[in-house]
Amino acid sequence: MTSGIRVGWRASVGLAGDVLAALPVPLAFPLLVALYYGESSIPFLAAIAVSLALGAAFRSMKDPAEDLGPREAFLAVALIWFLVAAVGAVPFVVAGVGTVAHPVNAMFEAMSGLTTTGATVLVDFSIHSRSVMMWRQVIQWLGGLGILILATAVLSELGVGGAQLMETESQTQDVNKLTPKISRTAQLIWGIYFGLTGLAVAVYFLLGLAVDPQMGLYNAVAHGFTSVATAGFSPEPLSVGAFHPLIQWAVVPFMVVGSTSFVLIYFAINGEPMRLLRNEEFHFYLGAMATLASIVALGLFLDPSVAYGPEATLRHAVFNVASIVTTTGYASTDYVQWAPAAKHMLFMGMFIGGMVGSTTCSIKSLRWLVALKSFRRDLFTAIHPESVRPVRISGKSVDEGAIRDIYAYLLLSIVIFFLLAVVIVVDAERGDVRVTEFEALGAAATTFLNIGPAFGAAGPYGTFATFPMSTRAVMVVLMWIGRIEIIPVLVLFTKAFWTS
Amino acid sequence: MYVVVIGAGEVGTSIAASLASDHEVVVVDVDPDRAEQLKYELDVLTIAGDGTSSEIQTAADVGRADMVIACTDNDQTNLVACGTAKTLGGGFTIARVKSTDFLRTWQGSEGAFGVDFMVCTDLLTAENIVRIIGLPAAIDVDPFAGGLVQMAEFEIDEGSPVAGQTVSEADRFESLTFVGLFRDSEMTIPRGDTGIEAGDRAVVIGSPESVQAFATDVAPETTPDDADDIVIVGGSEIGYQAARLLGERELQPRVIERDRDRARWLAEQLPKSVVMEHDATDAEFLTRENVDDADIVVTALGSDEQNLLVSVLVKRLGVDRVIAVVDSPDYVTVFEEIGIDIAINPRTVTAEEITRFTYESVAENIAVLENDQAEVLELELTEGCTLVGRPISELVSEVDARFVIGAITRDHQLVTPRGDTVLQPGDHVILLVDSDSVGAITSMA
Repeated sequence: MTSGIRVGWRASVGLAGDVLAALPVPLAFPLLVALYYGESSIPFLAAIAVSLALGAAFRSMKDPAEDLGPREAFLAVALIWFLVAAVGAVPFVVAGVGTVAHPVNAMFEAMSGLTTTGATVLVDFSIHSRSVMMWRQVIQWLGGLGILILATAVLSELGVGGAQLMETESQTQDVNKLTPKISRTAQLIWGIYFGLTGLAVAVYFLLGLAVDPQMGLYNAVAHGFTSVATAGFSPEPLSVGAFHPLIQWAVVPFMVVGSTSFVLIYFAINGEPMRLLRNEEFHFYLGAMATLASIVALGLFLDPSVAYGPEATLRHAVFNVASIVTTTGYASTDYVQWAPAAKHMLFMGMFIGGMVGSTTCSIKSLRWLVALKSFRRDLFTAIHPESVRPVRISGKSVDEGAIRDIYAYLLLSIVIFFLLAVVIVVDAERGDVRVTEFEALGAAATTFLNIGPAFGAAGPYGTFATFPMSTRAVMVVLMWIGRIEIIPVLVLFTKAFWTS
Repeated sequence: MYVVVIGAGEVGTSIAASLASDHEVVVVDVDPDRAEQLKYELDVLTIAGDGTSSEIQTAADVGRADMVIACTDNDQTNLVACGTAKTLGGGFTIARVKSTDFLRTWQGSEGAFGVDFMVCTDLLTAENIVRIIGLPAAIDVDPFAGGLVQMAEFEIDEGSPVAGQTVSEADRFESLTFVGLFRDSEMTIPRGDTGIEAGDRAVVIGSPESVQAFATDVAPETTPDDADDIVIVGGSEIGYQAARLLGERELQPRVIERDRDRARWLAEQLPKSVVMEHDATDAEFLTRENVDDADIVVTALGSDEQNLLVSVLVKRLGVDRVIAVVDSPDYVTVFEEIGIDIAINPRTVTAEEITRFTYESVAENIAVLENDQAEVLELELTEGCTLVGRPISELVSEVDARFVIGAITRDHQLVTPRGDTVLQPGDHVILLVDSDSVGAITSMA
């Protein structure tokens, strides 16, 4: 190649073309919804046309002689995530209704959906057609599945990218032993995901028949798509808070299952439940959630300004903590009204994240667990400098390189997170919008860590549309970077990636 | 028996030497000079050549051998030699290996590699170390009669209460018998009036409890069960296996290993032990990590010189008991003479184990003492054998052999032998025999 570019970019583009060409399949679902309710099918037909055209164009650039190596895979992953979001934005723009008609907003909504963030720029939910609202749900479901397949199959094989994490995970969970063939592993994961989604839909629908306010089939499907995906979009402006308390309770286990390692779920289903039950990351993650929920519940009980009654207090504490820690982003009530102490607990919860190999985002429990154990080890070696102490997770020692990578990831995340918070404050100021530091930190965490609602105007019953357009554009990029765990995207911006 | 020994190193030579007097022995070694040399040293037939080759094995007439012992320094050679011997119809095969991997494979399916009995040098040595740690005052400890009886050798130092006493004065322990006394490498069969002096090494046989009680008496400061601060220097296979076996006894030794990767590996395999990566010859490090406070230090480094250096160093720092692994049998005495409490030679341990096995047709069990000056045998008495039906005092005066009966087990019960005890068929007799009298005694059993 004469250009000096040493990446087989045509292979990456070709792969992205393959994915785009397959997008009409999920797009057909909201199209059917549109036909069923007699709504306009133009937005989806347009999106199908765009995806087919782009897909064909990209595929034509494919060079069969080029192999898909690690670099090409990085490029492909980043491209696919970005392009799918772009095509996903098309129906919102074409429908031309409300805030999402603006391309940046549409891109925000689609990226938020695909990355299973769940932050929305919608202001008035009632003006949108059911089919457009359903597309938001479908795109989140795809995002949840996509990251699972990506993390389990592609990145683990490359040994890079989500990389350090997969290395750690394969040491602790024998992820590679699931099956020798990656495609088969992906199929298994896909099957579990499909099954759990179906179960969620069925449970919600059947429960919905029994209680009032009712959750009809439409909402059962819509929420089924986004619970196991730990995504958080809801066609209802009050989110899950719009439904009966029983349904709110029923959503919690699905969020928790969605944030549990699918590899371990596979083993649990196949007669080895102890592998899940004895897993330290699982203990850590459930423990963190239970602790936070207890503190929040206690705070709510003691707060005279909140008067829910005992069951509702417990429910709102458990539901919203679970929703935040699993990075789902549903809400059962407007927690923005809570006392600062309870809100700050939720803010802390944003950084935990679920298990590796699940649909969740954020830092993830395994990284914290490794970092904490490594820290404890450092305290010991401070006294005994020559001692050799491997960090063990579930009895297996973690590679030192993986620990360094986890520290690097944590540091990088914190830097990006604070930079983003600064950008939000400064940009809001420039756009004449009042944003407190806490709200800015919350908004930065929730978009970059792909959680969903934040605090203040961007709270669970609010909207991100209040931020200036430029801030939203930055957030789009950071949701993208955050979801594919920073490194696969950042690596594209290094010279070494493209040349040597 | 017709025995083919493959490998004329220290292990092979030692085995051949102890078998040569009573059996037909053929020794095969790849080094012609070594083979030639052995021919003059021992009454054996030697063949120079590759012991794994069927041609050489045929020349050694492996086909009619009762036993083939492959004990070269190379694991694979030993395994292949046994495999070859099996195809030639050789008898019982014994292989010496270092790798515990091979041992596990063999244990997983007995008869694997064509090996009928496998002796794992490093594991055996580690087991020995752990046994000695369990009885810290002892120089040597061996179990007999399925653990009902213990044989132990103790060094009597000046402060010991039994120093200066006669055997009958010292013999105040239920079910314990003094069977041998070594002084200046001379063995004495003790009688009631034999005096025990400081510097002697006493061999006793009895129940584990009485041996423990005796240990407490001869060396009160080291024996109580607080030997829990143990440091193993050197994460060799022996060091690792010793740490692992101690771990099984709920003891968690500290392990010092210099090599980075090996230290990491050890730390992964020994979750509860503290593994330190450092050069153990650094006295400053030893002090900083309070190695001088250790109850026992085991040196299991790669070379004898390093083990010697570290042993002397920790001894000077004030460690009570130092057990050193000594690769060269010639150095064992040197180590012990300069004050190292116990020197263990893996080859001797291996040779003893294999020799012990070859005796098992007559003796159930055997321990070799003090460079083969004496042996402790376990014999199962059969109906009609010469030893049965007579009181011990009669046997001792009639039989022309130097021996002492230390313990008898009858129906899995310990019987303390006295002059009027009558031996019965089915008894397991544990006795100390002068090496020259072994043949005479075994022929009577």
